[in-house]
Amino acid sequence: GNWAKLAAQQALTQDQLLEFDTFGNVTLMHVTDIHGQLKPIYFREPEINLGVGAVNGLPPHVTGEDFLKMFDIKPGTPEAYALTYVDFVSLAKSYGRMGGLDRVATVLNAIRADRPDALLLDGGDTWHGSYTCLKTEAQDMVNVMNALKPDAMTSHWEFTLGIDRVNEIVEGLDFPFLGANIFDAEWDEPAYEPYQMFERGGAKIAVIGQAFPYMPIANPGWMFPGLSFGVREERMYEVVQEVRDAGADLVVVLSHNGFDVDRKMAGQVPGIDVILTGHTHDALPEPVLVGNTLLIASGSNGKFVTRLDLDVQNGQMMGFRHKLIPIFSDVIEPDADVATLIDEQRAPYKAELEEVLGTTDTLLYRRGNFNGTWDDLICNALIEEREADIALSPGFRWAPSLLPGDPITREDLFNATSMSYPAAYRSEMTGETLNVIMEDVADNLFNPDPYYQQGGDMVRVGGMGYHIDVSKPQGSRITNMTLLKTGEPIDPARSYVVSGWASVNEDTEGPAIWDVVESYIKRMGTVHVDPNKSVKVTGP
Amino acid sequence: MAEGVKPRVKAPKSASAGETVVIKTLISHQMESGQRKDSDGNVIPRSIINRFTCDYNGQNIIDVTLAPAISTNPYFEFEAVIPDAGDMKFTWYDDDGSVYEETKSVAIA
Amino acid sequence: GAGVAVTLMLPARGALAAAEDRIAEFTGGAATGEGGITLTTPEIAENGNTVPIEVDAPGAVSIMVLASGNPTPDVCTFNFGPLAGAQRASTRIRLAGTQDVVAVAKMADGSFVQAQNTVKVTIGGCGG
Ligand SMILES: [Mn+2]
Ligand SMILES: [Mn+2]
Repeated sequence: GNWAKLAAQQALTQDQLLEFDTFGNVTLMHVTDIHGQLKPIYFREPEINLGVGAVNGLPPHVTGEDFLKMFDIKPGTPEAYALTYVDFVSLAKSYGRMGGLDRVATVLNAIRADRPDALLLDGGDTWHGSYTCLKTEAQDMVNVMNALKPDAMTSHWEFTLGIDRVNEIVEGLDFPFLGANIFDAEWDEPAYEPYQMFERGGAKIAVIGQAFPYMPIANPGWMFPGLSFGVREERMYEVVQEVRDAGADLVVVLSHNGFDVDRKMAGQVPGIDVILTGHTHDALPEPVLVGNTLLIASGSNGKFVTRLDLDVQNGQMMGFRHKLIPIFSDVIEPDADVATLIDEQRAPYKAELEEVLGTTDTLLYRRGNFNGTWDDLICNALIEEREADIALSPGFRWAPSLLPGDPITREDLFNATSMSYPAAYRSEMTGETLNVIMEDVADNLFNPDPYYQQGGDMVRVGGMGYHIDVSKPQGSRITNMTLLKTGEPIDPARSYVVSGWASVNEDTEGPAIWDVVESYIKRMGTVHVDPNKSVKVTGP
Repeated sequence: MAEGVKPRVKAPKSASAGETVVIKTLISHQMESGQRKDSDGNVIPRSIINRFTCDYNGQNIIDVTLAPAISTNPYFEFEAVIPDAGDMKFTWYDDDGSVYEETKSVAIA
Repeated sequence: GAGVAVTLMLPARGALAAAEDRIAEFTGGAATGEGGITLTTPEIAENGNTVPIEVDAPGAVSIMVLASGNPTPDVCTFNFGPLAGAQRASTRIRLAGTQDVVAVAKMADGSFVQAQNTVKVTIGGCGG
């Protein structure tokens, strides 16, 4: 209750969160994967985050109690709440919401007071993920981020605004929109700036941008025709050489590759000092070292800001000091100017945002390799409202959590569904096609070579159970597909009515997913999601 | 004869003597593989660019044999040595007997 | 998410055998070595109908490219003339499904070297 909340918060102070022994001559500040979240949110970290092959059991593929042990964090502490799912609901009640870009602004300002020329680098997935972001075509995020004064950004979901809108925004930015791996597909020439050089603390710093490599595969390519992405390791190799030749003392890659891809790239491409990772939404309290390269993981949804102080001398990184600063929204004072700016963005939409659609008696979360309750709710809505046998919901890693008993507002619903291709399709698929889809998505997540992964989570399935052995090759991971309503095995030759959303195909038809889920929530009044026991996982 | 076939070339207008330069070419062409069927189920006959050459002052730079697995609008990028001023000649050979040509002059800077 | 018609195919034995035959024709049955040839391909095709590839084999006379999992494996053969600035070329190819792309270079001394990469052709959708 309130007493516990107060006691917990009194144990935490803003000064304590910001405490840092300034080190060296260069400071990097990293935020990534904010997904449109201007205001504080709850965000439950994953319970299941499997690593296959060489990365099995390595961070970030460590969760819960194992995570606490690995990083020597006591259960029940603010760090345990921020970084793991353990005791999430009760700790959420004690420690409150996290994030809020007005609180982030306070933290950035405090670091800048200490190191005025600190670089702020935004890893992308910034202009996407909320009701106001959708309605303003990301102008809300652009306005608020501009107030935080980033020095560079890279991208992923940004491109789902459509290429024209992206370029319109980019032209007006005061900082570069970097992507060394973005090419014009017709003539195979760089389409955006690959890097930016900065002089800080007497050192030349190259920040190389790496956009999400699988943009036209994971998201609708028709929204940004004529662009090609890809890991392009050989291009990264060339650009690192180019910036070193241009005198860079420190090479930083601002990446949206996803953690395992970055880990492989760090081992393959010499000369990178720091990779600021993104896309896979991992939050790690310590850097991961690959050779001499530091990999930094700063979480998502505005929950954290990384401060990384470096000692850079004569073209070499001599040492570092790191802190993943958790943004406890009840502890960190909001920056008044940014708070006002956020309110201004939201004011025109206040009534819609606050409309209560229903209540949840279940913790709603999404993050994790397999079904989360948010997606179970969405799948239930698709099956009921679209009269389907089976529902598919994409394995996104964004979407804040709601606590049991929380009202579900329209803002909450859009936090879990907002996107520019929301059509909830309804079509017939054979059992064989369903199996091919499941195998395809599973390989994008569990291929032992990270360059062949796309970094999302497994497609969420309603109405159908299955077994998955993540250690098997593509084509033999998925077995025992079962139609839940009859308990019968899925027949490869039979057709099933399947409803899903977020198809990357241009001609997809159907009502917007938020309309489907809204009507379901309103009909139910209070939604309840049973624990999902239909996916059996083996083999990591 | 295939319709709307249009070659495009990116080559430098000048180079220093002996310099190696990058050439890029595109030609708009369906590259009908011969494996697709029309709506009546009849096989659409193969019609592709089957050869591409690039010569400089009569000397060969590259000579490419193409199969139907080359994508629609065939693209090539390659490197050429420019010994002296002259003409770079690009030639695409169509299955239907058509020959498409393009010439770019390179000056010595 | 994926609400799509799916035509992903794994390479049939026949296609792989056909690729082996093409290599044997190209080399006259000589063994192929490794190294000295770089084949650059995307790990995952953005579009199976237009997959960019690059071959680079310094000193090669010609380089043959095969798609080992297509119904017929032939893709193209680059023959380099006296004014080639490098034995390097790029093009875009069609892949019928996830498979190995193979490049075999004939070197000036009559020897052969080979490289192959797996290119995944995927349905797509979903993400972080
Ligand atoms: Mn993200
Ligand atoms: Mn992302």
